[in-house]
Amino acid sequence: MFKRSLMAFSLSLLLCASCQSSVNNTSTPAVPAPGVSAAPSTPDIEMLKTQFLQNYAQNVYLNYTDAHTHAVDLQTAVNAFIANPDATTLANAKSAWLEARVPYSQSEGYRFYDGPIDTEDGPEGQLNAWPMDEVYVDYVQGQPNAGIINQAEAYPTIDAALLKQLNESGGDKNISTGYHAIEFLLWGQDLTVDAGAGERSFTDYTIAANADRRSTYLKVATDLLVNDLKTLVDAWAPEQVNYRQSLLAMDTSTALGKVLKGIGTLSASELSAERMATPLDIGDREEEHSCFSDNTRDDILHNAQSIRNVLTGQYAVTGSDTVHEGTGLFALMEVADPELALRLKASSEKSLMLTQAIQSPFDQEIRPENEAGKARVLAAIQELQAQGRLIVEAGQVLGIQVNTDL
Amino acid sequence: MKTPVVSLCVLIAGVLLVHACAATDSALSPASLPEKQAAFVTSGGRATVFDNSKDAFSHRIPNPGLDHRTQFFTGESLFDQNWVAAPSSTLARDGLGPLFNARSCAACHGKDGRSNPFLSETEPDQALLVRLSAASQNPQLEQLPHAVLGGQLQPFALPLLKGEGSLKINWKTVTGSYADGTSYRLTEPVFTLPFIAEQGLDMPLFSVRQSPQVIGLGLLAQIPESMLLGQSDPEDRDQDGISGRPNRVWDVAQQKNVLGRFGWKANQPNLQQQVAGAFHGDLGITTSLFPLEDVTEAQSAINNIAYDGPVPNGMQGSDPELPDRLLERVTFYIANLAVPARRHAERETVKKGEALFTQLACQKCHTPRYTLDSSGGKDTIAPYSDLLLHDMGPALADHRPDFEATGQEWRTPPLWGIGLIETVNGHTRFLHDGRARNLTEAVLWHGGEAQASQQAFSVLSAEERQYLIEFLESL
Repeated sequence: MFKRSLMAFSLSLLLCASCQSSVNNTSTPAVPAPGVSAAPSTPDIEMLKTQFLQNYAQNVYLNYTDAHTHAVDLQTAVNAFIANPDATTLANAKSAWLEARVPYSQSEGYRFYDGPIDTEDGPEGQLNAWPMDEVYVDYVQGQPNAGIINQAEAYPTIDAALLKQLNESGGDKNISTGYHAIEFLLWGQDLTVDAGAGERSFTDYTIAANADRRSTYLKVATDLLVNDLKTLVDAWAPEQVNYRQSLLAMDTSTALGKVLKGIGTLSASELSAERMATPLDIGDREEEHSCFSDNTRDDILHNAQSIRNVLTGQYAVTGSDTVHEGTGLFALMEVADPELALRLKASSEKSLMLTQAIQSPFDQEIRPENEAGKARVLAAIQELQAQGRLIVEAGQVLGIQVNTDL
Repeated sequence: MKTPVVSLCVLIAGVLLVHACAATDSALSPASLPEKQAAFVTSGGRATVFDNSKDAFSHRIPNPGLDHRTQFFTGESLFDQNWVAAPSSTLARDGLGPLFNARSCAACHGKDGRSNPFLSETEPDQALLVRLSAASQNPQLEQLPHAVLGGQLQPFALPLLKGEGSLKINWKTVTGSYADGTSYRLTEPVFTLPFIAEQGLDMPLFSVRQSPQVIGLGLLAQIPESMLLGQSDPEDRDQDGISGRPNRVWDVAQQKNVLGRFGWKANQPNLQQQVAGAFHGDLGITTSLFPLEDVTEAQSAINNIAYDGPVPNGMQGSDPELPDRLLERVTFYIANLAVPARRHAERETVKKGEALFTQLACQKCHTPRYTLDSSGGKDTIAPYSDLLLHDMGPALADHRPDFEATGQEWRTPPLWGIGLIETVNGHTRFLHDGRARNLTEAVLWHGGEAQASQQAFSVLSAEERQYLIEFLESL
């Protein structure tokens, strides 16, 4: 009974959607009584959409706050390392970097729709660009005097202005800031053929040539990371004149379209294609985003989690038991198209499970001769792409065209 | 040696076939349109996508295969991401330089379009390329490179090395008027290379070119040679003032001169060589087609780079830096970028503009359509080009021959997508060196074989001129 009426309702929604998300829905179902947690028998889809968007915005804020908090922890650890460089303080800084990646990687589902992270002037390219131009920043094997760090004459002062100016352009500038620059400065080049990350010694910050300039570079890059993340926290903070406010003021279809494009593009293109299928296809072992620390598998896992967070409406704060709950896309789709909601749930669970099944380190998993490893990566790719298509389908049900190409 | 070209064609044909029977998986496919169109809007035939946003040039020709998708994305990744200096940890991404124009393909072909060629009034962007050469040609009619600077100006170099110097731009104003008395002002660039004299080098022949959008190239590759040659009229036998000559250019893989199709002077025979040439010259990335770094012996001495060696000074990546398999991926990517559909083709003003386009004989060089016989059945595409060389008059001349192209000849550029450059790349710079600030100026610069059409344009009423521009903007 219940199910049938729900389906009839979603059918009428479909009809409505197909004639373009016109004005307001003519039927105005009653608002469910407070405390009723099951899907209401006469749900207000428009209200659900609004709840979904509000919860989305709040979770984005919590996620960036989490990323910022952990970047501040990284900053503290980096400052301690620079003040007293030894094996322990270096190990602490590395742990803090790994911890900081957890919330940031979960935030990548908020990209791809010209939001604060990647508008024309957004900080994405300064925060997380790849591949890192190692020799542009520091010495590499065979070139002991290379890099901004070792060129005191060309770059007398290393400060935020310099790094911002030198970062990521297609011409004479390249990637010199962000998580991966910090990663390179902590771990160093990963020259190992077998499992194992970069092995930079703390002595690079004590007795090595330009140790003081290297310390300064690391500090400046870390400070820049913290500042960039703060701009994202501010852009999503509640009750401010900021992006969050303008997103929530948009008509719901436009705003939903952005949200779906973000997670759809991450699922179908950025994560599964650019970050997984391309490395598999190219077959080079360091064709991975966190190539110095060998953290790529966890980056991938938390990217997959990023999509799931939007679907479930939950956000689990890193290193804490706190889980924020709210209206996710599942809840919206359960009303809009229960059958599709089930398929989306199944795909989401499966894609997370298959991503978890990928073994760390990723660079060993994609070795050409590692058939089992490549099969695990491929299985996850296929499910993430299937999930991407279901997100597009969800958009169609809601009357929104979602393009997930990069 | 012939295999790459052939397999590419088969591949594209296969793509079209699969698409023809593929379920439509998104609203980007043409199937959602009414069956009968009053105007021809599907510029890329079955390889048309419906998107007029800034992503309009970045779509894959629809194909449901996972392999197709993966190959496309690998190619896209290699096209979009910055290349880094060797040695790096990311071996597949290193080998940039020693000299280069840009760190990625996308730096100049932003969003698969054309990045703004000017940084400012007097400064070129990296997207403005300067081809260089000595005054003489080799037996294959290729211009010999400049003895010191090589075949193109590369302003950037790896850390600790020197770039080649930069192009300076000044502007002259050229005035003219329409028959109705309205006057117009065009800006003509005066390009100079001040560093040449400062360094006491021989003055090269040089030609300044902006980077074109890269949509629909796989379709242009499919137009049979006979269709292109059929349009040529080198002696102007029909006495319409328009010749149309094929360029015959060196095919590195085949080691012989063949028809040129791509580039501002049709100086590239196929997409693979176009891509490999750009990697070589613009990024300093070697391939099996161009295995040596683009550094002359003289420059090697200046920069202390070992000349001709496989691993000069430790700055070269793997050998070659872009292996064949990955060169194929980028070529595949370039060959599979779809063409956006026309916008507003049904508007009366646009239709009037289309009629004027024919009335002014623009279509004599800007051939509107080709019907291709692919294995998926007949398919009509509308690139608006004959891909042939035409004398465009002294005002547009670069005075630098390029194989059989004279210093006054240019290839008719395809017009598909030109109405979206502003949306995609945020500017409206047209013609080879980007001098035209909008489409009207581009039309007004036409001379030589297009002189009669230009004059016919100048006698149109302001309203009619607007119709023609609206038509061009609909492409």
